Amino acid sequence: MGEPEVLPIAQEADVVIVRQRVRARSSELRFSLVDQTKLVTAASELARNALIYGGGGEARIETLTSGARRGLRVTFTDNGPGIPNIAEAMRDGYTTGVGLGLGLGGAKRLVNEFEIDSVVGRGTRIAITRWA
Amino acid sequence: MDRIPILKMGRCLLVTIQVDMDDRLATTLQDDLTERIAATGARGVLIDISSVELVDSFIGRMLANVAAMARVLDATTVVVGMQPAVAITLVELGLELPGIRTALNVERGMRLLREALGEQTTADG
Repeated sequence: MGEPEVLPIAQEADVVIVRQRVRARSSELRFSLVDQTKLVTAASELARNALIYGGGGEARIETLTSGARRGLRVTFTDNGPGIPNIAEAMRDGYTTGVGLGLGLGGAKRLVNEFEIDSVVGRGTRIAITRWA
Repeated sequence: MDRIPILKMGRCLLVTIQVDMDDRLATTLQDDLTERIAATGARGVLIDISSVELVDSFIGRMLANVAAMARVLDATTVVVGMQPAVAITLVELGLELPGIRTALNVERGMRLLREALGEQTTADG
């Protein structure tokens, strides 16, 4: 059921490709339409963040299995400036740039699991998982 | 495809979004619509998103911007046909789309616009 795949995020069109692949993979796993839409929307937010704030990076899409459950995890990695204060960045309304500031807090609400790991000067890694 | 077509029908502009928009295309649509409202003196804008499978913060902001700019230019915007899964996701994401009028489908959206324009005509006259 689908090998892990790694997609580059280097330009705006790549954000569209990431969400199309997340859509296709979650559809293969028979996610409900609402679950698909939530995961794809979260992926779109985080892919854009990686591009705008992280200066580009990549998205890794992989299928997870836990007993009879199956899920999809998407991990975004960039080598940007990193996030100095993650708690503050997770707050609704937080922004450092051109975005709406809904990216992180909003994306977290759309998925079952949300992991963030950021080192100032090194980059940011965010993994989101949604279970079918 | 680097532009979404805008149709003029009477005093209204109609847009049907049928592609997965990247941010640039969404921004271009926002600019094109604003220019067309000013150029044509349109009083209503109807945006059909029934084929749109995702409204994230950027696309949501584009829709809100169009509605705000149209209002400044004396036009009313109605967004029609939002899919239920998109609506559920938008609310959880925390996007409220302030100032955007919505309708379930094109027919109801056109009726809403006609009513809005009719009222304005009466008020003007």
